[in-house]
Amino acid sequence: MNEALTLLSFGDAGWGDEIAHGVLITVSLAICTLPLGLALGFVLALAKKSEDPSLRLAANIYTTIFRGLPELLTLFLVYFGVQIAIQQVLKLIGVDAYIEVNSFVAGMVALALVFSSYASEAFLSAFRGIPQGQYEGGYSLGLSHGKTMRLVVLPQLIRLALPALGNLWLILLKDTSLISVVGLSDLIRQSGIAARVTKEPFLFFGIACLIYLVLAMISSIGLSRIENWSKRGETER
Amino acid sequence: MYIKRLAAAAAIVLAAVGGAQAKDWSKVRIGTEGAYPPFNSLTADGKLVGFDIDIANALCEEMKVECEFVTQDWDGMIPALQAGKFDAVIASMSITEERKQKVDFTNKYYNTPPAIAVPKDSKLKGTTDADLKGVMLGAQSSTTHSNYAEEKLPSADLKLYPTPDEYKLDIANGRIDAVIDDVVVLSDWLKTDDGACCKILGTLVPDPVINGEGAGIAIRKEDGDLKEMFNKAIAAIRANGKYQEINDKYFDFDVYGG
Amino acid sequence: MALWIVAGAALVYYLSLNVVSPFFLKYWPEYVHGFLITLKIVGASLLIGAALSLPIAIARSSKSRILNGVSYAYVYFFRGTPLLAQTFLIYYGAGSFRDALTDIGLWWFFRDATYCVIFAFALNTSAYQAEILRGSIENVPKGQWEGAEALGLSKPVIFFKIILPQALMVALRPYGNEIILMIKGSAIAAIVTIYDIMGETRRAYSRSYDFQAYIWAAVLYLFLVETLRRIWDKFEARLTRHLKR
Repeated sequence: MNEALTLLSFGDAGWGDEIAHGVLITVSLAICTLPLGLALGFVLALAKKSEDPSLRLAANIYTTIFRGLPELLTLFLVYFGVQIAIQQVLKLIGVDAYIEVNSFVAGMVALALVFSSYASEAFLSAFRGIPQGQYEGGYSLGLSHGKTMRLVVLPQLIRLALPALGNLWLILLKDTSLISVVGLSDLIRQSGIAARVTKEPFLFFGIACLIYLVLAMISSIGLSRIENWSKRGETER
Repeated sequence: MYIKRLAAAAAIVLAAVGGAQAKDWSKVRIGTEGAYPPFNSLTADGKLVGFDIDIANALCEEMKVECEFVTQDWDGMIPALQAGKFDAVIASMSITEERKQKVDFTNKYYNTPPAIAVPKDSKLKGTTDADLKGVMLGAQSSTTHSNYAEEKLPSADLKLYPTPDEYKLDIANGRIDAVIDDVVVLSDWLKTDDGACCKILGTLVPDPVINGEGAGIAIRKEDGDLKEMFNKAIAAIRANGKYQEINDKYFDFDVYGG
Repeated sequence: MALWIVAGAALVYYLSLNVVSPFFLKYWPEYVHGFLITLKIVGASLLIGAALSLPIAIARSSKSRILNGVSYAYVYFFRGTPLLAQTFLIYYGAGSFRDALTDIGLWWFFRDATYCVIFAFALNTSAYQAEILRGSIENVPKGQWEGAEALGLSKPVIFFKIILPQALMVALRPYGNEIILMIKGSAIAAIVTIYDIMGETRRAYSRSYDFQAYIWAAVLYLFLVETLRRIWDKFEARLTRHLKR
């Protein structure tokens, strides 16, 4: 037991600081992906309920692709593919430059692609939950289309979509673990290095699992707070 | 869709403005793996050490350029070089025909044969394909050694690992029966505590087509000038004794090979 | 939209051009092999997971505090941590308990990477399946229990003959989603030395440095998932045809 504690301590002898750094990367990756994924997902949801059939089809193809591909494969496609594509384009226009797609950005883009395809479904079903009367009410108060959207529909939309989005956040948190495969020093990778060096894989991967559990618990508490906050209009009734 | 395309166009223009400059080699970025002791590895505080690193530093000094190291997983080494993440790979990469189709190589800077290591209590007798029939053989993926195993030892059951660290873990706990890698890498590992489990079963006769003509420095095909600089520098440190000095720091034999 | 048509046409053109490419000719048998391995792993994990999920689901809805607590912790653990971490924990963790495992005669099982992965995946999916099962069992109206009891049927008979079939009907859709999640998750097996679709892809890529490797993998996975989704939709429509209004 003491030995395990030494291994987990901070400083030179222990792996505590390395793992803490990994947690930081994991969390920041998830947090950076979230706004990107939400925004993309919202735009996709708008496209899916638009009048234009071609736009709807496009959005549906997008969803089918990114919900059907393994997250790991999406990650590789982005990590290797986008880099090659950028380089090809630069070569075509005759520029000798280098744009780096590092593993953090690649991970962010890949996870956002996956997240947005699921989020768009959540938004879409939330849209369906808002009665037509709400729009009409907004218009009859003399609000413009944009204002109706912003002041009347969006607040309700968030409330309706929150439970599903909360689940997606938890999935996102877990999916960040895949990024370790393309070399980002996240929680899993750091635990893996520690496990290899110390020959204590069970200890370190066990710790990694526990940290993910703690992150999930913190998120659940936070999410239920946000949900309560978004429902404050209802409870007062 | 328009916005997307516009944004893409804008990004390209920005990049074009920002990145359009001629190549001068006052600064060279060098890709290495950092998981292949004694050639290149990371210390606990994240510093790169090893034969490759010392050679790289000596070469850069000789060429009078500033060198910056970038670590990269082995699997993605050549794609990353092609994509321009760094300008040269000094990571014990063997010069092979398959790789030459994608990148250029300098002359070799060392050459050592592959070998097979097994647990000390192993009943395996020899290193021929017949001896290794049905044996679980570990190797690092995308290496000449994994290719060698696929071509020359087809009866063995080959398992591929991303870095040597994983196969070391698996042979120590008995999940695999043998590993194939560079003889120097294996002997160096056997000297350490966690290499105590195992011994060298024997070295293999290198196949020039698979194993190539030794380890060289990989360079993008269009950077012929950089390749020439490296070749001159290799010759120079071979001549002025610097190479010998680094060789002796790590090995008690000549790794340059015949 | 125009962008998609162009992209789709480009992809089809690209693929058809490459069907006769040296890459495809050289590696297609490996892809077929990987495809079969993926199917095997996913199939085995799902079946074992289904068998495990039933007792867990029953424990989850039991009145015993201990049973309830243990099964809750089990489900929470496997749903709250990444599959990758679980796979590593079991694969590399088992290695460090080799002596103990040899003593109880289980080492042969954990020695094999495929068994390890199936074991990890099965535990993972059993937690998800247990929740699906529990949710749908609770969804069956109480009156069904009472009605069956009034007919003098024993508890197990009621459960297996009356409640479970109705619960499974409700559970069909989430089950379909779980299968798809498992197919996607199975790509992780490639990281612990298994040559499934992903493993073969990585091997082909690392030998050829040809990006096609990943494109073909994407096509294979999409084909697998889409086919399954369609079959499942048909299957569901058929099983629930008596519920159509």
